[in-house]
Amino acid sequence: MSTIKFETVIGLEVHAQLLTESKIFCGCSTKFGLPPNSQTCPVCTGMPGSLPVLNEKALLFTIKTGLATNCSISPFSRFARKNYFYPDLPKGYQISQYELPVCEHGHVDINAGEGTRRIGITRIHIEEDAGKNIHEGAGPYSFVDLNRAGVPLMEIVSEPDLRNPKEASAYMRKLRAILRYIGVCDGNMEQGSLRCDANISVRPEGSTRFGTKVELKNMNSFKFVEKALEYEVKRQISAIKNGEPIFQETRLWDTVTGTTQSMRSKEEAHDYRYFPEPDLVPFMPAKEWVEDIRSAIPELPDARRERFISDYGLPEYDAELLTSEKALAEWFEETLKLGAQPKAASNWIMGELMRLFNEDGISIEESPMTPAGLVELLKLIDAGTISGKIAKTVFEDMYKSRKTAAEIIKEKGLVQISGTEELGAVIDQVISSNPGETERCRAGEEKLFGFFVGQVMKATKGKGNPAVINELLKKKLAGQ
Amino acid sequence: MELFELGIEGLKTLLDKKEVTPREVLDSVFSRIDAVEERVKAYVTLTREKAEEMLAAGNTGVLSGIPIAVKDNMCTKGIRTTCSSKILENFIAPYESTVTERLAKAGSVFTGKTNLDEFAMGSSTENSAFFTTKNPWDLGRIPGGSSGGSAAAVASGECAAALGSDTGGSIRQPASLCGVVGLKPTYGRVSRYGLVAFASSLDQIGPITKTVKDAAIMLNIMAGRDPLDSTSAPVPVPDFTKAAGMDVKGIRVGIPKEYFIEGMDPEVEKAVKDAVKKMESIGAIPVEVSLPHTGYAVATYYILATSEASSNLARYDGVKYGFRAGGKDLLDTYLQTRAQGFGPEVKRRIMLGTYALSAGYYEAYYGRAQQVRTLIKRDFEEAFKAADVIATPTSPTAAFKIGEKSADPLQMYLSDIFTISINLAGLPGISIPCGFTGGGLPIGLQLIGRHFDEETVIRAAHAYEQSTEWHKKRPSL
Repeated sequence: MSTIKFETVIGLEVHAQLLTESKIFCGCSTKFGLPPNSQTCPVCTGMPGSLPVLNEKALLFTIKTGLATNCSISPFSRFARKNYFYPDLPKGYQISQYELPVCEHGHVDINAGEGTRRIGITRIHIEEDAGKNIHEGAGPYSFVDLNRAGVPLMEIVSEPDLRNPKEASAYMRKLRAILRYIGVCDGNMEQGSLRCDANISVRPEGSTRFGTKVELKNMNSFKFVEKALEYEVKRQISAIKNGEPIFQETRLWDTVTGTTQSMRSKEEAHDYRYFPEPDLVPFMPAKEWVEDIRSAIPELPDARRERFISDYGLPEYDAELLTSEKALAEWFEETLKLGAQPKAASNWIMGELMRLFNEDGISIEESPMTPAGLVELLKLIDAGTISGKIAKTVFEDMYKSRKTAAEIIKEKGLVQISGTEELGAVIDQVISSNPGETERCRAGEEKLFGFFVGQVMKATKGKGNPAVINELLKKKLAGQ
Repeated sequence: MELFELGIEGLKTLLDKKEVTPREVLDSVFSRIDAVEERVKAYVTLTREKAEEMLAAGNTGVLSGIPIAVKDNMCTKGIRTTCSSKILENFIAPYESTVTERLAKAGSVFTGKTNLDEFAMGSSTENSAFFTTKNPWDLGRIPGGSSGGSAAAVASGECAAALGSDTGGSIRQPASLCGVVGLKPTYGRVSRYGLVAFASSLDQIGPITKTVKDAAIMLNIMAGRDPLDSTSAPVPVPDFTKAAGMDVKGIRVGIPKEYFIEGMDPEVEKAVKDAVKKMESIGAIPVEVSLPHTGYAVATYYILATSEASSNLARYDGVKYGFRAGGKDLLDTYLQTRAQGFGPEVKRRIMLGTYALSAGYYEAYYGRAQQVRTLIKRDFEEAFKAADVIATPTSPTAAFKIGEKSADPLQMYLSDIFTISINLAGLPGISIPCGFTGGGLPIGLQLIGRHFDEETVIRAAHAYEQSTEWHKKRPSL
């Protein structure tokens, strides 16, 4: 058996659906989930004689993305036709871009656990989406829904700079974060508004030549991107080790079997016969316009993360997580404005809030908890009104009932008991009810101290102030 | 003179003076159609009902009550648009093309949709999937193409004027062969929205009329930026009718030496040379110009036009509209639909274009042709430094016999030799009658102008026309 080490080479092609209200070449709505073919017109159904007119917003969004990913904006760009037959493609060609894309030569920085790595972006271009074929409920036929035909897409092509599946997924996450920060794409992978294809090959470590690349499709979540690439790395390495050839082909990720399956070989690949789209004039974005777009770009995730570290003294891990979503970062900063201490707020957000979001499968935008609510709770903890432990219960209650912390504490009588008299009485009661344990403890069996704390907490229904309990218990057990 | 013999200007004069009513005009044209259409076969669809509706709507405007025929590759809401193809035989567009909408608003009434070579691919209407239109001057001959139905309808009095489309000469060549006026505007002057595309970078809609003045009246209404067509130019539209009436004193008429080629019909050559002499006699100055890349124009055109066509015609797949042949699966449905739905010339061009765009051939064919196209454009820019308009024959021969060239596509392609460079360069060009052959067939003179300078073209064409009697002759049917 050979002991050669292999290096993985991955490049991603990410398709992002742009958040424009109307389609890229006509005035039809881009709304999702409406009755089939209700959002169509002669242009997006490919009627004879109809002509495309560019939605300038789509171009603006693409330029914005280019600027946010350090691309240069081409002074001269044009559309091209990509020709192929398919029922969901009404014109028999897709209007896309070929040799003169809107943006080129950019990069984004990622961190997949091995420090910051710079991933090159080859190009970003705009194109129209196709419709959808529907096979269910169509009997011996298939239906075609053209509502999606003509929805604007951006294709972001990376350099083959990614070296493992984790980096690929980190890159996808970073892109998604940027797209959402600048408001050009909602980044929803399940609904298909963010999609990704990968080109992947392996080669012996140290080799400068690329191995035969395989194109992977159908990975509609971050998890599947990683899993599909991991599977493919293993498949390719084991093929090479067994002396089997790697074919240049397109493979589909199969969620059910957890494997990739060949879809078509290089020989079966389409000849798309690209040529410049004669129905649209080339465009030359004015420098002033590009600068206007640049000045409208908000603080991006990387810059915000650095600011969170330097201004709020947050650990890198916290800063990275809190800035991964613009809305989350804003939520966090709102708590600070209301007087929260940064690390305390961060702990609550990353711990309790995220846990509840995950349980409910919702995002920060849908949060029933408000920054003001969290700050109210933090202040009650600081003031000693409730214990940290009780606070967790109150937090969950606030989240579910949308009541204020004060209301919940009042209703359920959760105010912390800190009075030495009241607690002293409880402790006395506990000591007298457990003579055996008291004796052993006094004889030096120190681990029993925890038992007494637990008993006192139980008796106070968790409302006892732990610090006061500790102090009193020590004294009383010492016989003072 | 019968009303159906009159053009736009003539009818307008009578209508404005209320000497005739729009009703009488329409009735005259439709009785003419009843009398001759069976022999001429200019129309694919007659729209008498639509014309009545439009008349009743009574839109007042420059073209109020003027009967106009529309080439059957422009979409008209509610009326079928066939492109003279089996694949669109029953296609009814759900929308109106910009040009027909503008004409309707100006008050014109549509007599019908005229025959063409299938998808405007051809020079004789013999490629129509339905029938061949006859030349009104000799019913045994072709009317030219692809706008042969429109040219024949105008020449035979079956309408006052018509719309044509011109990708490589499809307005000018049939106008020449039918003895009428055909104007191809500058690319971008008239909206293409609703014109069923053949070759998008070359297609342009224009008027086919009885006089130059009529063409100017039509262009006034048709021209101008359309937000629905990105390639329609945001340039101001002058009043073109003012140019029809100015003299040609000092206008330099360029004669390209490369255009008077060997093998040209001597009668055509003589008629065109006489026309230039005539223009000189009324004040124009003839100058020799050179268009050195003329010899490459036909090859360049047939690569670019077919490449674009191969893509433009991909939408006729039997899925959404038009003819569908039920196949055993998707691929078979595609193959059967297109095999049965398209005629041989359309298939030939789709195959040529598909080949020219294929991986490995793109640079050698499409890429090269684009470069030559630029050179041809430059030829004209150079020539227009010495000349204000360029004069050439429109077609190397007068109308040929039905069937004479249909077996030889290359011979057919060469009949566009004088017109296609103008489409490649995107320039405006007009064909006007300049004489007849010994056999009584019309000959056309082509005048070409600078980009967006239709005014000089119209000015020169009108001045020449008014100094001759050719445009007053009508075929006897």
